[in-house]
Amino acid sequence: MQENDRGGAEFQYHNALREGRFVIQHCDGCGLHVFFPRVVCPHCAGTSLRWVEPSGTGVVYSTTTVRQRAEKGGDYDVSLIDLDEGVRMMSRVEGLPPGEVRIGMRVRARIIEEEGTALVVFVAEEQQ
Amino acid sequence: MSLEELRGKAAIVGVGTAGCGEAHGMTDLEILSQAARAAVEDAGLEMRDVDGLCTANMGAALWPLNVVEQLGIRPRFVEGTNIGGSAFVAHQLQAMLALAAGICDVVLVCYGSTQRTSPFGRKERTEARNVLDPSPYESPYRPFNPPSSYALIAARHMYEYGTTRRHLAEVAVAARQWAQLNPEAFAREPLDIETVLNARMISDPFTKHDCCLVTDGAAAYVMTRADRAKDLRRKPAYVLSNATGVWHRTVSGMQDLTVSPTRESAERAFAAARLTPADVDMAQIYDAFSINTIMALEDMGICPKGEGGPFVEDGAIAPGGRFPVNTNGGGLSCVHPNMYGAFATIEAVRQLRGECGERQVQGTNTVVVNGNGGNSMASQSTSLLATADVL
Ligand SMILES: [Zn+2]
Repeated sequence: MQENDRGGAEFQYHNALREGRFVIQHCDGCGLHVFFPRVVCPHCAGTSLRWVEPSGTGVVYSTTTVRQRAEKGGDYDVSLIDLDEGVRMMSRVEGLPPGEVRIGMRVRARIIEEEGTALVVFVAEEQQ
Repeated sequence: MSLEELRGKAAIVGVGTAGCGEAHGMTDLEILSQAARAAVEDAGLEMRDVDGLCTANMGAALWPLNVVEQLGIRPRFVEGTNIGGSAFVAHQLQAMLALAAGICDVVLVCYGSTQRTSPFGRKERTEARNVLDPSPYESPYRPFNPPSSYALIAARHMYEYGTTRRHLAEVAVAARQWAQLNPEAFAREPLDIETVLNARMISDPFTKHDCCLVTDGAAAYVMTRADRAKDLRRKPAYVLSNATGVWHRTVSGMQDLTVSPTRESAERAFAAARLTPADVDMAQIYDAFSINTIMALEDMGICPKGEGGPFVEDGAIAPGGRFPVNTNGGGLSCVHPNMYGAFATIEAVRQLRGECGERQVQGTNTVVVNGNGGNSMASQSTSLLATADVL
């Protein structure tokens, strides 16, 4: 991440996403992964946080369908995804109707652009 | 000074509410003032006796200053911690400490919001907060908060423990049945399980009836030291203990969606009060959503983890049930002006005094109050309030 090592963790995270890379942090102090990005490790208070590219795979920890009128874009999924690296993030599972997203489903990350912002979403693994 | 040493050293001696439901044309501060005046008067005190202030608000960052100016008071002790709607339960510890230390003698805890009828209402306030207090790792996914965060919690609880939408509906129906006995409650029309289940879905598994009301309302209560409390005009509600747990900010940061900080706050509160969950006569739980009641019952140890759903079945927490919960109708059916903690506290005091009319539960001597705050059970504050018999 040399090209983007200026600015804080949040700034660098979004820069990487814009360049098409989904990154999380690994703490060399305690060996745990960290998400969301920070400048001090929430597990050991260390500062040796290094950017790593996660496998991109994970499992749906919980899910809800936000109900919205069709003319406003219709219903959509909001899920919490546990990455295989042991961190959790909010995201959305795409590629199937929101009501069919299930807890325990294996999912894989992809980066999309939405309203000018790069965003990590997930698709069910069997849909790959 | 340990928490246990504070046991029963302070009491709630005055309570007041104002503008509950709809307070057309009024401001947050105006109804807060009315509630504050009512609470001070209820205690048999004068506003000039107030020398301690605890207050918070979702809009103004310097809110305690707005309140002192509005009320014309110059408190010697001021406390403005805002950890969400649990703040007005959590303020009790700070008040207990200040009173015990002799820093002040009369603490006013107060809150008011006209989010329902104000032209700058709930939608506008939420949008403004999202700018000032962004959630960069959640907001791009457009959770409809707070419902979506609590919906994620409920969905996980259902997955792990077999809790059903019918269990959630039991909570909403019980709240409504209590509200029907409370003239101050906002939502009093009949409600049954099927109506809850078939209502408009907001964020699965919640229909609109699983979600708290959006009302106006102000609440205030007055605390003083126990020795002074017994000479005042109302029967004191002694604060046996208060403890608060704060674990995260966003639902993504909640380690186990089926366990809230209530597990920690209640454990500390019960220990300091030298009571067990079996000793309490009822619970006043901040029911922002139906899942709050179920999880608070579990995390306080009223029932084992995972059994909150079966516990509330068959009207068990409704009028006439074996364990009364939210006897005013709660945030689901009585009043919910964004932050509800003070209202839960006040209903506990009124039950302990025995002044609740049709909804009065006879023989109430010990009440557990559990405040909830943040968009995802992020802060929880538990108090044990009791009559002099329990001291
Ligand atoms: Zn670390």
